[in-house]
Amino acid sequence: MMAQGITKEKIHRFMFGTKEKQGFLKQFAVYALLIAIGFVYLYPVFYMFSTSFMDQADLLDASVKWIPSRLYIDNYIDAAKSMDFWASLLKGFVIAGVPTVLSVITCMITGYGFATFEFKGKKLMMALLIFSYILPSQVTMIPTYVLYSNMRLTGTIWAFVLPALVANGLNAPIFILIFYQFFRQVPKVLLEAAQIDGAGYWKSFFRIAIPSAGPAILTVFLFCFVWYWNESYLTELYVKGIANSNSFWNNLVIQLKDFDSSFESRATTGGTMTSLNESVRMAATSLTILPLLIMYFFMQRHFVESIDRTGITGE
Amino acid sequence: MSVFGKKLKKKNPQAKLGKLERRQALAGYSFVSIWLVGMLVFTLIPMVQSFYYMWFKIKARNGLQFTYVGTQNLTQIWIEDPDFIQGIASYVWQTLLQVPIIVVFALIIAIMLNGKIKFRGFFRLVFFLPVIIVSGPVMNMLVSEGAASIPALNTQAVVSAFDTFLPTAVANQLGTLFGNMIMTLWYSGVQILIFLSALQKIDPGLYEAAKMDGGSGWECFWKITLPTIKPMILINAVYTVIFLSSNEQNQLINLIKTAMFSATAERGYGYASAMAWIYSILVTAIVLIFFALLGSKKDVYDRMVKKRRKLEKKEMRAARRVERRSARNAKRIEKQRKRGKFRTYDGSGDY
Repeated sequence: MMAQGITKEKIHRFMFGTKEKQGFLKQFAVYALLIAIGFVYLYPVFYMFSTSFMDQADLLDASVKWIPSRLYIDNYIDAAKSMDFWASLLKGFVIAGVPTVLSVITCMITGYGFATFEFKGKKLMMALLIFSYILPSQVTMIPTYVLYSNMRLTGTIWAFVLPALVANGLNAPIFILIFYQFFRQVPKVLLEAAQIDGAGYWKSFFRIAIPSAGPAILTVFLFCFVWYWNESYLTELYVKGIANSNSFWNNLVIQLKDFDSSFESRATTGGTMTSLNESVRMAATSLTILPLLIMYFFMQRHFVESIDRTGITGE
Repeated sequence: MSVFGKKLKKKNPQAKLGKLERRQALAGYSFVSIWLVGMLVFTLIPMVQSFYYMWFKIKARNGLQFTYVGTQNLTQIWIEDPDFIQGIASYVWQTLLQVPIIVVFALIIAIMLNGKIKFRGFFRLVFFLPVIIVSGPVMNMLVSEGAASIPALNTQAVVSAFDTFLPTAVANQLGTLFGNMIMTLWYSGVQILIFLSALQKIDPGLYEAAKMDGGSGWECFWKITLPTIKPMILINAVYTVIFLSSNEQNQLINLIKTAMFSATAERGYGYASAMAWIYSILVTAIVLIFFALLGSKKDVYDRMVKKRRKLEKKEMRAARRVERRSARNAKRIEKQRKRGKFRTYDGSGDY
């Protein structure tokens, strides 16, 4: 009797937990929920990869749902040909990389200025900064486009480089705020000590602030790069130049946007290609996200821990 | 002393800055000047320009040719462009529905990941993944292939279920929302991370103290977690609004772009500028709505202190009133007693 009572209690404790320890049921529920949501989350990616390996027969066959009957990579070859994969990839790195580097540098200078010095109108400028983040880019887009086309800069990468050069690139207010938060945590004493030793403001910035800002730089670099890479609206407008149809600057995302029409035209002229179907489109989509996916799997720790380290959430 | 203080106060703002302060200010300007120039060239001046464009018809033929038309662009949008007007309605609905869903979803996931679980790193990896791959064309591809809806969810059934007790327009919006549920959830990667890092900074001592006093997990959530991360909720809501507004899934911004390059003489830069201004006012209004809803400046503790003070003041006033009244009564009684109207017990014993 006694023994049974104890086991019952034990079972209860095991299932529902005590004040200190979570019960099995609760833990089970959390894991089940996380796994279920995780699956739903990844469903489009799974779907995309599995469809991209199917050939025509598999697509039509209702019994083939997830796993293709054989690994069919012709979809990828066709899609890569149609997207001009290697050239587009390289151009994509340039289109995203150059503005990112410039953006990181200029945003860092601005963020440091806001964080370290007191001057008149600082509050107003910060308000302006936040306002410029809230303002949709559509408002400034048209005059900026006119400006660029007057300077004959549409269809060149300068259209992205120039704003990044003056800390007004894509999502620059966020990056400035990240640097601002980060540099506020750098002890003032350090900078003062440098100044006593005879360093000027810029010298102490280069010698002390930048070397200590590694985590923030990495965060901003990664986010900036990913956002530039994925930005198709402004890229199409400025860098590709919406008006000229056969432009030099086509990155993968833009190629994917025009994929249907370019594939069709190639298929009719080339003759040997398969017709456009879901598999080819999914293969093209996979090819588009593949570079970033690979980068993510190598750098994932830096991505997911980035927000902790920059102290956006305040100390 | 007070005169002295006043004098000092008056004098202080006009006092010249010290040499060091002036030098510091100068250095500050020199650091910020790069951004300031960019702000002027790429934000403020274009803003004014597009406001100016709004009132003109612009032909782009060897340079721009302006013809003043007054408010014609605006009325033209209202009358001739049903796509845009409908787009506005659905944009507002979708944003107002999606933002709470995204923020609440992000909070739930963050709380689950914040508990003691194994493979936290792996789950974080999964939930952050979409941030890397969301871009307009990729999303369009996935949506058009039907990969964006939860497979077991029957959207039609959802719509008809909501249709019975909600207006059809709202039910349709909900249907669209459920049809693209995964996409909506995909937009919450950054928000999850922000919540997670905020949750990890809450002092565990707070929870311990609450548990000592017999607080349950549920109570801890409402009384400790939520008030502490409230500023983050606002940040996430604003971030989500801005993200949705510049996202290519959003039809409005594509309409603006097509209008910009429209070949017909009626549209073009002026017309698109008017559209852009309407749109940006809309976005700002939505952001302001969320500020108003979530952005109480003082935290709960401050508010409670203030409430308590108010109550104390009220009580004090009431007490003073009672005192005054009793004093008045005492005086009256004293007067009457002097007149000998009634005799009161004076403690002497012979009553």
